[in-house]
Amino acid sequence: MPKVTFISHAGKAHTVDVPVGTTVMRAAVDNGVPGIDGDCGGQCACATCHIFIEPEWQAKTGKRTEAESDMLEFADGTLPNSRLGCQIELTAALDGLTVRMPEGQH
Amino acid sequence: MNAAAILAAAREEAYATPLDTLDMSDPARFAAGKQLPFFERLRKEAPVHFQPNGLYGPFWSITTYKDIMATDTNHKVFSSSHGITLVEPRSEELKAPMFIAMDPPKHDDQRKAVSGIVAPGNLANMEELIRSRTIKVVEALPVGETFDWVQRVSVNLTTQMLATLFDFPFEDRNLLPHWSDVATTVGLDEAAMDAREAELQKMLKYFIGLWNQRVNAPPKTDLISMLAHNPATRHMPPREYMGNLILLIVGGNDTTRNSMTGGLKFLNEFPGEYDKLRANPALIPNMVSEIIRYQTPLAYMRRTAIQDFEVGGKTIKAGEKLAMWYVSGNRDETAIPDADRFIIDRKNVRNHLSFGFGIHRCVGNRLAELQLKILWEELMKRHPRIDVVEQPTRVPSSFVNGYLSMKVKIPA
Repeated sequence: MPKVTFISHAGKAHTVDVPVGTTVMRAAVDNGVPGIDGDCGGQCACATCHIFIEPEWQAKTGKRTEAESDMLEFADGTLPNSRLGCQIELTAALDGLTVRMPEGQH
Repeated sequence: MNAAAILAAAREEAYATPLDTLDMSDPARFAAGKQLPFFERLRKEAPVHFQPNGLYGPFWSITTYKDIMATDTNHKVFSSSHGITLVEPRSEELKAPMFIAMDPPKHDDQRKAVSGIVAPGNLANMEELIRSRTIKVVEALPVGETFDWVQRVSVNLTTQMLATLFDFPFEDRNLLPHWSDVATTVGLDEAAMDAREAELQKMLKYFIGLWNQRVNAPPKTDLISMLAHNPATRHMPPREYMGNLILLIVGGNDTTRNSMTGGLKFLNEFPGEYDKLRANPALIPNMVSEIIRYQTPLAYMRRTAIQDFEVGGKTIKAGEKLAMWYVSGNRDETAIPDADRFIIDRKNVRNHLSFGFGIHRCVGNRLAELQLKILWEELMKRHPRIDVVEQPTRVPSSFVNGYLSMKVKIPA
């Protein structure tokens, strides 16, 4: 099972193991990792699973979709490496993925 | 009649009404608190329902969670620029444009001009102020006597908050809920609408005074200063300033006010949940989302199709308007198990539709949650039981799903 590590805005790390095919958003919400809300349940409709992808993972996690960019447009503190966690499915190739979280989900 | 009796009578009426005459935009049904069984029937029998003879013209009702989500997130087909309520402006000149009723790119630029005020960093700055004001209001509540929860708590707290967001003269702050009520009282009576327009002109004049102070002063973090200094909004025509003020006043006041009232009402209707809360106040953040779902303070948002598009097997034609009934989608059993029950420790509680989804999603949603969370934390420390002694009176509107008054008593 792929591992994913969430680093909170304050620097605290949480690592969880999840089945292949789980999204980064569900990995956090279903395992009680604080800092990801996932208000729309994974429909790319709210930007409350906003995360920052560490540079070494950017090639493997791919690019934002247009709908994702539309939502990130209104998130707080969006950066070039911002993504929505609900739009990234964990695979064997993403085992060990590390993402950082913003100050709050908005 | 108690809430259960009202609902039982309404359910009988709902299933006896011919679907082709059913007009969900009629405010009378909401005023009487009878709307939910009608939506229950629509979800089952006509989830995408056309009413050619609606009070405010022909319109579609979208009633299921899934169809509402699909419509709300498709802003390219379902435009906001023809308005967000079913009521049409009386003329082009009397329109008051606001960013919620715009499409990209103008919507995006204007929304961004103000969104920083409710961003996480600023919320953290406001928390202490909100808490100290809430404690003051809660500690002053009378014990052993009946009082109106709406005025004394809900309106009082949300008015103070709104005054802070605008940096509005505090001694004049009661003008804000007054203007909010004026702005949301829309209908077909010409004389009443003339009076509304006259009041809104007074509001505009007052706020132009504030604008003129702020535009020449260094930028600050209040909504007026932010609008006056942002290139996307600083040259707004007066009617657009009026429209955006209405949006910020109603959005920042009415919605949270009605959730503050709804929460206490629901805890009284579900005493087992009130017991759960007393046993474990740590459930408050979860309960806040459940209150917002169960209340759904804005019953719907309107969109207008800009091309033919199929929703739930029906073709909505270009130019037709539709109401996404959040108040119905939030009770959709196929998306939310046991949706008619108020459950403060509900799973996936944040997935409700009350804030909308997509690019028009409520900008102040985190502030609303913070205000409700603090209210319930401070109430539970001091008054773990407050009894609703009379059914609340409801706002006669199919858009604002709220309360005019609710008599309550804190047991001595």
